[in-house]
Amino acid sequence: MRYSPEEILEVVNMLTREDLDIRSVTLSINTLFASSHDGRVVLDRLSTLERIMSRFVEAVYLVQEKLGVRIVTKRIAISPVQYLLEPNPREELVVEVGKLLDGMAKGTGVDYVGGFSAYAERGTSRGAQVLLNSLAEVLNSTERISGALNAGSTQSGLNVDAVKQFVSQLFQMSPKASSRTAVIVNSPQDSPFIPSAHHGPGMPNASVNIAVSGPGVIAEAIRRSKPFTFQELYEVVKRAAFKVTRLGELVGRAVSEELGVNMGAVDLSLAPSPTVGDSVAEILETMGISRVGGPGSVAALALLMDAVKKGGSMATNLVGGLSSAFIPVSEDPIMANRVREGYLELSDLLAMSAVCNSGIDMVGVSKRVGHERITALILDVLTMGIVLNKILGVRLIPLEAGPGEEVDLGGLLGKVVVADVKEVEVSQFVRMGGFLPTPIKRLETG
Amino acid sequence: METAVIVVIGVDKPGIVAGISSALAKRNVNIVDISQTVLRGIFAMIMVVDVEKSQVSIGELRRELQQVGKELGVEVLLYHGEVFKYMERV
Repeated sequence: MRYSPEEILEVVNMLTREDLDIRSVTLSINTLFASSHDGRVVLDRLSTLERIMSRFVEAVYLVQEKLGVRIVTKRIAISPVQYLLEPNPREELVVEVGKLLDGMAKGTGVDYVGGFSAYAERGTSRGAQVLLNSLAEVLNSTERISGALNAGSTQSGLNVDAVKQFVSQLFQMSPKASSRTAVIVNSPQDSPFIPSAHHGPGMPNASVNIAVSGPGVIAEAIRRSKPFTFQELYEVVKRAAFKVTRLGELVGRAVSEELGVNMGAVDLSLAPSPTVGDSVAEILETMGISRVGGPGSVAALALLMDAVKKGGSMATNLVGGLSSAFIPVSEDPIMANRVREGYLELSDLLAMSAVCNSGIDMVGVSKRVGHERITALILDVLTMGIVLNKILGVRLIPLEAGPGEEVDLGGLLGKVVVADVKEVEVSQFVRMGGFLPTPIKRLETG
Repeated sequence: METAVIVVIGVDKPGIVAGISSALAKRNVNIVDISQTVLRGIFAMIMVVDVEKSQVSIGELRRELQQVGKELGVEVLLYHGEVFKYMERV
C-alpha cells in the first residue's frame, strides 16, 4: 500500500506535534469468581489477578513498541466491588481488597484499578452500603484504586439518599483520593476512563476498552483549514475525529490479539491533558469563541460533539464508554484558566453538560460550602442526565482553599481551581429523604 | 510484506541516506520506497521499509536507528505501517 508524503507527514504531525496518543488501554475483567462468604477466600482468589496484570502490561508495552504509538496509561476494570461484598458485607474487607489490588497494580505497573463501584439507583443494597461507607477510607489509603457510585438512571430514578452519603464520604477524602471517584447516572458498562471504568453486567469475561486523546489534532485541523461555513467546520472535525478513532481501533485490536481476549469498545471521547495544545477548550476557542464560557460555548461544543460522534462512529463498530468531549477543568489548562479568570462558572459547565457526556468534572469546591449545597449541585447534574437520558457525572475536589484559588495535583490531574458555588440556602430541599422517581422518559421503553 | 515507515527529520547533509540505509541493510530490512520533503520548514526523508525479514524486533530497530540518527544529528521516527493504513485508508 502506497502513501503520499503528505499522508505520512499528516500522521507523523498528529503523533508528534499535536499530542495524539492513546490515553488508556483498559482491560475489563469479570472478577466475580472471587465471590465468597469467606473474606480470606475473596482475597486469595483476587490475588490471582497479579499474573493477568503482568501479562496485560507486557502486551501493552509490546504493542506500543511495535506500532510506535504512545500509550499513556494501562488500567484494569473489575466487576463492581459491591457484588463481592453482598455475601460478606464487612467494611474491613473493602479496605483489604483495595490495599491488595493497589499493591498488585503498583508491583506490575498498572496505573489504575477501576471498579470500587456500586449501583444504587433505586436503593442501596447491603454490598453497595458497605462500599459507600468505606469509600473514603479505601481511596485515602490507596493510590491507584478508583470507583464510582451509579446513583441513578433514566430507567430507575435517582437515589438521593445515596448521593448524600457519597457527599459525606467525599468530604473525608484527600484531594487526590477525590480525583479517583465520581457520582454518576446512566453509567456505561464498558468505560475505559477512570473513575467510571468497571466491568459491567452483560459483558464477556474479559475485553479491552480503548480511550484516545486527540483534542490537539482537532484544534490544529480547524486552525489549518480556516473554515468559512459551519458545514466546512463540521466536515473538518468529522474527518479528524475519524482518524483519531482509527488509531484507537488499531491499538485495541492489537492489544486484544496479543492477549487473546475480545476487543471491547473504543470510547470516542476527546480527553484533554494538562499539556499545552491538548485541550478541548482550545478547540472551542479555535472555533471562534475567544474565551470558553462566553456565549456560543454550548453551540460550539454541541457542533464539536456531534461531528466527533459521526466521524468516530465511521471509524469503529465498537463504540462505547462515555463517547463525549470531556471538560475536566483541572486536566484542561485553558478550561482551568477560564475558571480562574471568571469566564467559566459552574452554571456554564452545567449548560455544557447538556450537550456532552461528562458533567461537572475535576472542579475544586471549598469545603466551607458545606454538604447541602454540594449535594444540590450534584443533583442538578444527575437529574439533567436522567431527564436527557445521558451519561453524566460529577467529580469534585473538596479543598480547604476558597474560590479562585488553586491546588496542583500534579501529572495528568493538573491544577484544580476552586469554583464559586452561589451562597443560596437550599437545606429545605436537600434535607428531604428518599429517591427521585423515574422520569416520564422511562415510559418510552415500556 | 510487513511495512514500517521511517521519517528522518533534520538539516540535510551528506551521509544521512547512507547511514540509515546501511543500518537497515545490516538487519535485513528492505527499502520499498524513499522520498524527500519539507516538514515544519526542515528536511524530512520518508522511507517505507519491509520489516518482515528483519533480524530484530521493530522496537530494537527503532532504537538502533535512533542511535544512528543521534550520531548524524537528525531525529528518526519509526512507526508500523498499520498506523498509516488505519488512519489514512478506509
